Amino acid sequence: MTADGPLGAVEVVDAGPLSTLQDRGRQGWAHLGVPRAGALDRGAAALARRLVGGGPDDAVIETTVGGVVLRPHRAVTLAVTGATCAVRVDGRAVAHGAPATVPAGALVSVGPAVTGVRSYVALAGGIAVAPVLGSRSTDTLAWVGPPRLAAGDLLVLGPTGQLPEPPPAVVVRPREPVLRLRRGPRADWLDRTGWSRLDGASYAVAPDSDRIGLRLTGPRLERRSGELASEGIVLGAVQLPPSGQPVVFLADHPTTGGYPVVAVVEDDDLDLCAQLRPGDEVLLRLV
Amino acid sequence: MTDVMVVDVGTRACLVEVDDAVAAASLATWVRAAGLPAEEVVPAARTVLLDGVDPAAVRELLPRWAAQHAAPPGPLVRVAVRYSGPDLARVADHWGCTTEEVVDLHTSLEFTSTFCGFAPGFAYLTGLPVERAVPRLESPRARVAPGSVGLADTWCGVYPTASPGGWLLIGTTDADLWDVDRAEPALLAPGTRVRFEARQ
Repeated sequence: MTADGPLGAVEVVDAGPLSTLQDRGRQGWAHLGVPRAGALDRGAAALARRLVGGGPDDAVIETTVGGVVLRPHRAVTLAVTGATCAVRVDGRAVAHGAPATVPAGALVSVGPAVTGVRSYVALAGGIAVAPVLGSRSTDTLAWVGPPRLAAGDLLVLGPTGQLPEPPPAVVVRPREPVLRLRRGPRADWLDRTGWSRLDGASYAVAPDSDRIGLRLTGPRLERRSGELASEGIVLGAVQLPPSGQPVVFLADHPTTGGYPVVAVVEDDDLDLCAQLRPGDEVLLRLV
Repeated sequence: MTDVMVVDVGTRACLVEVDDAVAAASLATWVRAAGLPAEEVVPAARTVLLDGVDPAAVRELLPRWAAQHAAPPGPLVRVAVRYSGPDLARVADHWGCTTEEVVDLHTSLEFTSTFCGFAPGFAYLTGLPVERAVPRLESPRARVAPGSVGLADTWCGVYPTASPGGWLLIGTTDADLWDVDRAEPALLAPGTRVRFEARQ
């Protein structure tokens, strides 16, 4: 990330509040305490890669709320997906969710999220950052992987393949703010009253939600008291700390934890968690 | 098969419940050797999480484990420690002995890394006898220096990086606990046997 390689590079002019590189995440290291990481909105990241003809393992830039400003040192095709935002090239608006080819030296501004939280920027050729433990993802819990992006960074691009035929139109349907839950391994820590309270309840997204967990505030769930020995945690685990306010563990979750996992969010609903803003209401529904 | 229960975690993971951390470490080693396709095998205090698996395949495989309860001994790592931690005297008080005796006991034991968590390369080491269990700090330190050797309950652990922490700190080591460029990034990966040696 420090040299302008023979294939050209993209300079980070302004990294915004939090921009990181993300791919599909890091697998097989949880037993050493390394989070999986990876793009939080996996569907949006995959769409961005496809729009620029990238492979499924290419890294993309994940920006959080505030956007990112880039200056490619050679002409490059890029695409922005995920949270809706204004995308401008030298001040001119270009389409969100569509490939755009920008000339060398242009200023590409990915604006603040208008709806949602996380936007994804894919660059044709991919970003040639050395993988750490098999992945180019940064986890924000243990900070394994490339450092978070900073102004002045140069992202070296890989070789460009054939651009795909542009899709006729990309329609991203808004997601219903519903998280479907399955009973989890420690479901018995909630009694029948607790479950009836949880099923169909509306919770607000707390401001301290991040890539580690979506923290929810709403009806307090009374759980069995006692201690639980530390145990392994999956993506989407709904942990219930003594506060009675649930936490949905996302990509940078710790690999073990000591509070009961009463439920697990359906895999298809995890991308929604990446785009819920503090204050948003979300409905929990037991399947 | 006795003492083993499988609990589903969503549709593609399960927790296998066992008696203790030593059994969990042994089961994790065995599952890996048995070639069960799993994305993650995470031993912990009383469970092994198998993530990215077909729980039915796990239930079919597990009865074969009982006969091989003991894991083969892992590699032995020696860790040189300066026993000058801020809580050394407190541990001595708790055990009703001198600080020298704390060092003597700590260096006489063979610990085993049963699982990692909390931070990359932070290993939960078993081997401290139950009667030597120690409390945690009432309020955790905001920053524990990397290399700090701590005790909590019957666990021993070494902090690979600076972090908050509530364990009682008895010493410091220069050992390189975590290095992503090494073939085995964690010095004290689960299964590793550990002996501490006093260094002036």
